[in-house]
Amino acid sequence: MTARTKPDAAPGRPEPGRAHLGGADGVLAGQEAHVYHFKPYNVGRWVVWGGYALLLLAAPLVFSSSLSQTLLSQMGIAIIACLAYNMLLGQGGMLSFGHAVYSGLGSFLAIHALNHIGDGTLHLPVSLLPLVGGFAGLVFAALFGFVTTRKSGTTFAMITLGIGELVYSMSLMLPEFFGGEAGVSSNRVVPPATLGISFGPQIQVYYLIASYCFACTGLMFAFTRTPLGRMLNAVRDNPERVGFIGYDTQRVRWFAFVISGLFMGIAGGLGAIHFELATAEVVGAQRSGAYLLFTYLGGSAVFFGPIIGGVLMVLATVVLSELTKAWLLYLGLAFMLMVMYAPAGVAGLVVANLRLAAFGRLRPLSSSYAALLAAGAIAFLGASAMIEMLYHLQLNEALGPVMSFCGIRLDAKGASAWLAALALLAVGGVAFERARRRFVLRWDAAQSDIERELKRRDAA
Amino acid sequence: MDQTVINILNGLSSGLLLFMLSSGLTLIFSMMGVLNFAHAGFYMLGAYVGYASSRIVGFWPALAVAPLVVGVLGAVFERLCLRRVHRYGHVPELLVTFGLSYLILEVVQVVWGRAPVAFDPPAVLARPAFTLVQSAASGLSLVLGQADAATCAHAACTTFPATRAFMMFVALLMLLALWLLLKHTRVGLVIQAALTHPEMAEALGHNVPRVFMLVFGAGCALAGLAGVIGGTTFVTEPAMAAAVGPILFVVVVVGGTGSLVGAFVGALLIGLLQTVPLTVDKSLVDAASALGWHVSSDSVAWPLMKLTLAQVAPILPYLLLVLILIFRPRGLFGTRE
Repeated sequence: MTARTKPDAAPGRPEPGRAHLGGADGVLAGQEAHVYHFKPYNVGRWVVWGGYALLLLAAPLVFSSSLSQTLLSQMGIAIIACLAYNMLLGQGGMLSFGHAVYSGLGSFLAIHALNHIGDGTLHLPVSLLPLVGGFAGLVFAALFGFVTTRKSGTTFAMITLGIGELVYSMSLMLPEFFGGEAGVSSNRVVPPATLGISFGPQIQVYYLIASYCFACTGLMFAFTRTPLGRMLNAVRDNPERVGFIGYDTQRVRWFAFVISGLFMGIAGGLGAIHFELATAEVVGAQRSGAYLLFTYLGGSAVFFGPIIGGVLMVLATVVLSELTKAWLLYLGLAFMLMVMYAPAGVAGLVVANLRLAAFGRLRPLSSSYAALLAAGAIAFLGASAMIEMLYHLQLNEALGPVMSFCGIRLDAKGASAWLAALALLAVGGVAFERARRRFVLRWDAAQSDIERELKRRDAA
Repeated sequence: MDQTVINILNGLSSGLLLFMLSSGLTLIFSMMGVLNFAHAGFYMLGAYVGYASSRIVGFWPALAVAPLVVGVLGAVFERLCLRRVHRYGHVPELLVTFGLSYLILEVVQVVWGRAPVAFDPPAVLARPAFTLVQSAASGLSLVLGQADAATCAHAACTTFPATRAFMMFVALLMLLALWLLLKHTRVGLVIQAALTHPEMAEALGHNVPRVFMLVFGAGCALAGLAGVIGGTTFVTEPAMAAAVGPILFVVVVVGGTGSLVGAFVGALLIGLLQTVPLTVDKSLVDAASALGWHVSSDSVAWPLMKLTLAQVAPILPYLLLVLILIFRPRGLFGTRE
């Protein structure tokens, strides 16, 4: 940070809500003290954050089975990781292909620390263990980030991939630290329990994760409001201009990378407590790819997008992968379609529809939505029946050609099942295309109406 | 001595294979600004299509069929997917190819299974190209093909596989063809024009989006050709894309993004760096004791020091990447930062 905006840089423009700090600003603050600034009480913000906290608190009470508690814990971890990832992807325009390195190394450091706590050689409450992970993430991100952030854009992506491979290969080479193939395991229950919290039951781990999740979400949101967070957006949008103003774009990227590494490390540390295990896989390219994929699916343009992404990540990797062997195929297809047709992700779709609703344009579109959904469902049913039959023929040959799909018994070797699936796909596809054309017309009309309305309001 | 020669030749042939891949990647990148993340996927696809078609039409026709099929698939992908996201910028373009790499892997696994397939080279290539005979009496000599058993009975024989020689031959042929095409044909001129001045080329009546599509298809076809050759030399399996993918990006960054010469030098360098250290069974501990400094097995740095060069060979390209970025951020032959 070499230059700062002077308070007198924009004369005559009041800056409500901006705290003036020391020095020459103090004089200004003194002069402005008697001026009354109207600051409405931000009810919306309290409702949103209160609702988020309530959701985190109440989720394990609603979904109380042990499986859902594990899932919820993993979601909390994934939410932190995806938000931290989006600090680079969405807010900085930096596409990292090796971000699992920082969460993974955080995991490893945390699990070694946990083992030391268990030995009695380290005196630290288990609840502070994620901070150890965060520290590790911070240090390694500062180290590697110094090299990777020398470049931006596509080259940055290639370099992060290289660093990711470097660390992954190292992890297999140094079994003393990384534990080789089996990884490093530990035990999170370290007596004596403080205040009755031993972290034995999953629910206690969940609430630890939930409190970290809430705090990290708050901190990361606060980061977007800091001068550094704003500069990061500027570096994403127009690096040349930022350079001309006198900022060092490389340093802005580096700082953001380090802070992102800190939160990735915290997620890694929580992962170490939750799984009580760290294997080489946690620093691997698969994990890095998953962060990218789900952060983007959730929506990188909106702050809360990665929260959706984190939830989707756990649902897909744990639940969908149980349901079908072809889950990676569905995931790749969904991702490509999302990039092509809805580049703002799920959160972008939500925001666009909220905007329609705010202008009262959502209701007229609902019939189009229903048609799209119905046609899409039919086409998807046909396509997925064929995919499932294909996978069944390949992977479960010993079980015979008859399989169960959505409660229907299909003969994967019979022509009738394939023809029926093909017919569904064709009918659904044609109907979908027709519905899509109608929908696009109506959507564009609604959007241009909204634009006109906004211009009218501006003029008024 | 003989072993060293073979090692260097192995390194060079791996490097030339990497060049076949990275040249396509660089062409696409310098032209469209798109980093084709699925390039290694197209390489794998080339190997599998080559395998499938060689069972029907034989190996030599498959050498032409597979690149054609892969090239057409690449062009179709460019037309249907990449062109659509072009207006959103380079990051979505990269992401759509990232999604495609998942898709290719799954499709390959569905069609050809998860286990390696037996993609064997034809009989001509299954033999050694030449044998280096190191005998105490007559020194080092070279015998074309397999040396007879009588010679090898009292001399050390080291063979060089014909597939690797063929790999070098095809790569060099491709380099020549590419150079001739780009510098000495009308198509090459249009491509170069579209590369540097797309608006002007368009204004002169050339269909620049179609040129992009063709270049993307051609780059994928080159990857497919590399796949057929790589598939016979190495193992044709679903993991082959993941094994070569990250290395390709190292080649492109080390050589300098967008430079064909850089891709060539970078590929050779990485090929050598990947292969040659594999035979060196020395570690830092040995180096230290050669300098008269004894390292005991309970010192802190022991786990790191005891690793032999052969063990750390997989990370050497990435270390080179880091060093290049620190000391020469634009790469060896890069022209811009």
